[in-house]
Amino acid sequence: MSCCRENDDKIDRIVKKFANKPGSTISILQEIQELYNYLPKDVLAKVAEKTNINPAKIYGVATFYKQFRLNPIGKYLILLCQGTACHVNGSKKIEAGIYEELKIKDGETTEDGIFTLNNVACLGCCSLSPVMMINDETFGNLTTERLVEIINEIKAKELKTEVVKSEESRQVV
Amino acid sequence: MKIVVGLGSCGIAAGAQKVYDEIKNQLKARGVDNKIEPVGCNGMCYLEPIVEFIHEDGKKHTYTKVTTSAIEEILDGIFQGQPCEKHLIDAKQGDKLYKQNRIALKNCGVINPENINEYIENKGYEAIKKCVKELTPIQVIEEIKTSNIRGRGGAGFPTWFKWNVAMKNKEDQKYIICNADEGDPGAFMDRSILEGDPHAVIEGMMIAGYAIGAQEGVIYVRAEYPLAIVRLQKAIDQARELNLLGVNIFNSSFKFDLKIKAGAGAFVCGEETALIASVEGERGMPRIKPPFPAEKGLWQKPTNINNVETLANIPWIINEGGKAFADIGMANSQGTKVFALTGKIKDGGLVEVPMGTSIREVIYDIGGGIRDDKECKAVQLGGPSGGCVPKELLDTLVDYEAITKTGAIMGSGGMVVMDDTTCMVDMAKFFLDFTCKESCGKCIHCRLGTKRMLEILDRITDGKGQPGDIELLEDLGNGIKEGSLCGLGQTAPNPVLSTIKYFRNEYEKHIVDKTCPAKQCKALLTYEVIQEKCIKCGLCFRNCSVKAIARDENKTYTVQHEDCIKCGVCVDVCPVGAVSVN
Repeated sequence: MSCCRENDDKIDRIVKKFANKPGSTISILQEIQELYNYLPKDVLAKVAEKTNINPAKIYGVATFYKQFRLNPIGKYLILLCQGTACHVNGSKKIEAGIYEELKIKDGETTEDGIFTLNNVACLGCCSLSPVMMINDETFGNLTTERLVEIINEIKAKELKTEVVKSEESRQVV
Repeated sequence: MKIVVGLGSCGIAAGAQKVYDEIKNQLKARGVDNKIEPVGCNGMCYLEPIVEFIHEDGKKHTYTKVTTSAIEEILDGIFQGQPCEKHLIDAKQGDKLYKQNRIALKNCGVINPENINEYIENKGYEAIKKCVKELTPIQVIEEIKTSNIRGRGGAGFPTWFKWNVAMKNKEDQKYIICNADEGDPGAFMDRSILEGDPHAVIEGMMIAGYAIGAQEGVIYVRAEYPLAIVRLQKAIDQARELNLLGVNIFNSSFKFDLKIKAGAGAFVCGEETALIASVEGERGMPRIKPPFPAEKGLWQKPTNINNVETLANIPWIINEGGKAFADIGMANSQGTKVFALTGKIKDGGLVEVPMGTSIREVIYDIGGGIRDDKECKAVQLGGPSGGCVPKELLDTLVDYEAITKTGAIMGSGGMVVMDDTTCMVDMAKFFLDFTCKESCGKCIHCRLGTKRMLEILDRITDGKGQPGDIELLEDLGNGIKEGSLCGLGQTAPNPVLSTIKYFRNEYEKHIVDKTCPAKQCKALLTYEVIQEKCIKCGLCFRNCSVKAIARDENKTYTVQHEDCIKCGVCVDVCPVGAVSVN
């Protein structure tokens, strides 16, 4: 519950913002998810309490829409497009490549918590298929080689921050 | 001179943002203050990033597939009056735009979507002004009736009819909803319009609002389109600032305002009643019609729902007259239609053609033909609700009725081109997998029927198909169509039924011969090293992740079928094509 207490004010603010607007369940959940990166169950209970919306209804909405997730995600969210054009142009191969590189399947997160893979229906960049999005950046015309490059770049960046962090902590000691 | 860079989602994905920033930097370094502006996608996504230099005399230099490293040379050329040839658009490509007839896309890639003045300079907000100042709501609807525009979202219902019902309703409170929940995989025209010309959609909604007597509008946009949401919000804010939205618009009693509602990712919300439920904050589940939304919609009030592309056409119709629109097209399909041309096509992107153009013309004259000059096998139209048009029927005209006759539908305009490397059973499975996951679960036929059909298709592509499976699929498909409440279930079996209709032979090959003619269904494939072609480089041996390739003392490589996981890496790495797939 600690995370919940920390953000209590923020939850209050979100609920208050939509207090006089009927039909805001989805908007509230969207803002909560932005705050936590996912929808923690205890927070959902708190939202139900504060808004007087039936908890079952909130849970029902949270599980109905694909945008909402009930589990935390990694630092880098890979949205792999599985739209028609991407499918025809080899998104399955890219998916296999991601498994090869990171050992994660759709919906899974790497053990180190860095990457999460989510298959999505269509990113609307069909003419550049196959396409994936990592956080806010879109990558088009993917090949397995290009995928490996992109992932390695992120891994290297992460490693660097790791090193900097550990050096900083050593200095503090 | 003005410089514009295509900064739609597709352009940005191709690297246009970096190009834009680099040009800005270099202009600064050169001390020239040329105006550089972002525009939306002009439809030629395959040429992104696109940079255009528009000179005072109207002459234009268009550069395509621009990289940051080429910018210096390009700018040098432009400023010295000798534009460099590198990256300059091929004249043939430029001509393609003129083969089209742009109404819904007319401003996309032309104006800066983040600057309302550019829209206004291009006749923007003149149509709503004309409505408010000169026309009664009935006259507006009459004009729309003359144009005979039909809903571009899929069903093709006459727009004027929906408006008329809502207009006649006596309730005080009414709503206009713009359906921007473009969920069809393979269709992205709505995204492009919202990103490239948001004001056209806003103006379309205002006209609809004026016609039916609504003072509030909601734009329901997919959350997966963040850029569209940002640009729409900017557009709304700018329109409010100029009092184009709000009260006393054009100093009249007309008042209208609108807000954006971001969807949360559910395909079924494209259906009117499900969309309304979602706007009300509920799970997006459709309900039985009637009552139709025009009678009881959002918050039980009369509501008119139109798709993005439909609304983007409305200002043009009012400005140029319904008759001008009706003069384009044919029979009972008037105006133009935007298609998202994707798949195995050379020049993929968005095209807008007059109704009555043949599918062949769209693919070959505008799309440049099939990639690698292969032969077209089929075209999938209408997304998961649509069907496949085989190559024999490519001369079918773009017309609601003609397309429906083939077993496909116009739908929102997804056009996925396939060549002989696409397996039709796999394709049908792909769409069914999508609809099965996206079924809201309300109707048993849709919820369980699609699941059972998917199981059968899985079994067929796994090499475990049984005699009678095709008939079973047809039976189930027809049952689901009859027993489902909304469009999702009623159309979900279409990709399966239409592929059976035209490619039954391919299904039979999977079931009886246990082979996949397109060589896509892994379980049915075997890999073999062709010894005569093999140069013994050992690449396949080294790259095989499961050690399924054996090497003997003569350096002869053979595939061990019992260990092979059929990943296809050996085929990909072989430099001389010595691995065959059967």
